[in-house]
Amino acid sequence: MTAPAPDQTPAALSGQIEAVQRRGDRVFSRIAVGAGTAILVALAAVAVFLIAQSMPAIWASEGSFRGTDGTFWDYVAPLAFGTVWAAALALLMAVPLAVGIALFISHYAPRRLAQPLGYIIDLLAAVPSVVYGLWGITVLAPATVPLYEWLAENAGWFPLFAGPASGTGRTVLTVAIVLAVMVLPIITALCREVFVQTPTLHQEAAYALGATWWEMVRMTVFPYARSGIISASMLGLGRALGETMAVAMVLSPSAIISFAVIQSENPSTIAANIALNFPESAGIQVNALIATGLVLFVITLVVNSVARWIVSRHERSLESR
Amino acid sequence: MDTPRRLISALAITAVLATSGCAVNELNRGDSSGTLDGTLDGAGSSAQASAQAVWIAEIQNANGRLTVNYEPSGSGAGREAFLAGGLDFAGSDSALTAAEAENGLGACVPGTGAINLPLYISPLVIIVNIEGVDALNLDAATAALIFRGEIRQWDDPRIQELNPNAALPSATITAVHRSDASGTTKNFTDYLAQAAPNEWQADAADAFPYGGESAQGNSGVVNAVTNGRNTIGYVDASRAGDLTIAALKVGDEFVAYTREAAARVVEASPLEEGRADDDLAIAIDRTTTEPGAYPLVLVSYLIACREYPNPADAELVRGYLSWVASPEAQELAAEFAGSAPLSPGLAARVLAAVEGIR
Repeated sequence: MTAPAPDQTPAALSGQIEAVQRRGDRVFSRIAVGAGTAILVALAAVAVFLIAQSMPAIWASEGSFRGTDGTFWDYVAPLAFGTVWAAALALLMAVPLAVGIALFISHYAPRRLAQPLGYIIDLLAAVPSVVYGLWGITVLAPATVPLYEWLAENAGWFPLFAGPASGTGRTVLTVAIVLAVMVLPIITALCREVFVQTPTLHQEAAYALGATWWEMVRMTVFPYARSGIISASMLGLGRALGETMAVAMVLSPSAIISFAVIQSENPSTIAANIALNFPESAGIQVNALIATGLVLFVITLVVNSVARWIVSRHERSLESR
Repeated sequence: MDTPRRLISALAITAVLATSGCAVNELNRGDSSGTLDGTLDGAGSSAQASAQAVWIAEIQNANGRLTVNYEPSGSGAGREAFLAGGLDFAGSDSALTAAEAENGLGACVPGTGAINLPLYISPLVIIVNIEGVDALNLDAATAALIFRGEIRQWDDPRIQELNPNAALPSATITAVHRSDASGTTKNFTDYLAQAAPNEWQADAADAFPYGGESAQGNSGVVNAVTNGRNTIGYVDASRAGDLTIAALKVGDEFVAYTREAAARVVEASPLEEGRADDDLAIAIDRTTTEPGAYPLVLVSYLIACREYPNPADAELVRGYLSWVASPEAQELAAEFAGSAPLSPGLAARVLAAVEGIR
């Protein structure tokens, strides 16, 4: 909103009010436009670089890629699968936990406890991923070995837990647990923000109807926060998809597509594969790695678009109610 | 090729080794009056990195105006940069092929070619982490079947047969290989391919040809084997730490890894055929039955031109490489990088080849 002009300009007299532009306005508007343009230019530059560098690999003949005799698509398929698979498993564990923590902080914990807890969760987000990787490889992976052996023995009939179990625990399930811990803070923080904003009137109305605490949460908080939970999960998914260091350090990679989560052979992820193989690559192999980066770019774009679509559809349905 | 056994010389080297126990920073003799003056650029094998660091520190201390650079960018990258003319010398875990070595090369005088000099011998070891087992015997065939995933249990009769006194558990074997392309994998698979061709059924390669658990780099494999249960892996001997090292069957006996045993197999191996006399690419004889020879070694080369366009460069390269081939330098590498010193016979051949650099 602009302040009313102190003097009447001819334009204002003729019915059209034109805002006065002081120097501050012009500078600020240019900075804002510049910032908005810069992000688009950067994104376009990344896309152009990825596409230009990928082309040689995408059209390369069969057998020029590491770990496969086939074409580029045979090379990238296990990696793309592994990326989505590990991230999905991580989200499966992180989202219920994050919603629970957020709910505890926003609606259940006494205020004196809620605030420090919130800070601690935020602190988790400040830990560098390489530290999570170290934790995963030295603490978590060895600790999971007995569990995996038990699972393979007693639940091996279930395809996910098919044996033989890895003797080192460096499996996609361990990676998913590490990723879940890493995405927990971002999902929790966003969910908490949304839960807190649930209108008090709705909540009190629910209580007035005789709802218990759980019924109140189900009737007022969740419907109000649904799009927020989805947005938060998608942000977490974005981080899990692109996570490099922790996966590269923990996972025992193979070029396979497999749903088994406790075996020695696991599909690697795109980002971890780039990090591990870039130093020893030359020529077409570098192009292949950049092309997998392009695939990750596309996957992330698709995931974000789907999330946007879900959120906007939900918002429309709320309005029409 | 005539390969006299130089057991006594090897023992003499061991004696010298035992008496030289100083740290890198104590090596400064304060003598910077050396005659070498200029800059040498090298790159390549990361296996040589710590040895090169010690060699360079020492020769620069002795020659105040000399600068030697070595970038451990990987063997493949080193060979490529050398062939493209960007380096004075390269370090590589595999030798240039005869064709590559004899053709005109970037930094060399056209038509004179390059030479491979075996200057860094690193033993590889098979490490195991099995509950209740602190010594293990393996032969090439059994190792091949374990790493291929054909033998899946530690109490398999084929392993039990080699270890009649060990209490092997009835547990699944997790065999860990390198996930990255590496000279360590190439030499390990070369050993299996030569010594157990029926069981291994694959060629020597930088990338591990079968599936199974994998980890990045020597440290990744050590980590996975240490932290895992009932695991087995292969690494450079210097990285094995406190892990149990398997003894390998050579001829009729089991040979535990020692530096001398590793140097002996290189000494006993012929040079590759079809190469010039000063091009010392070694065809390691992994099937040797030589008593006390340990066939699982990695030989890493320094690659240099026969003739440099600039005589000053040639002098620097001669100076550096003859230092690296000297017993003192080899002992330093053994101490700080865990390598096996060159046997005197091989060192003499290398020195002769180095003297021919113009």
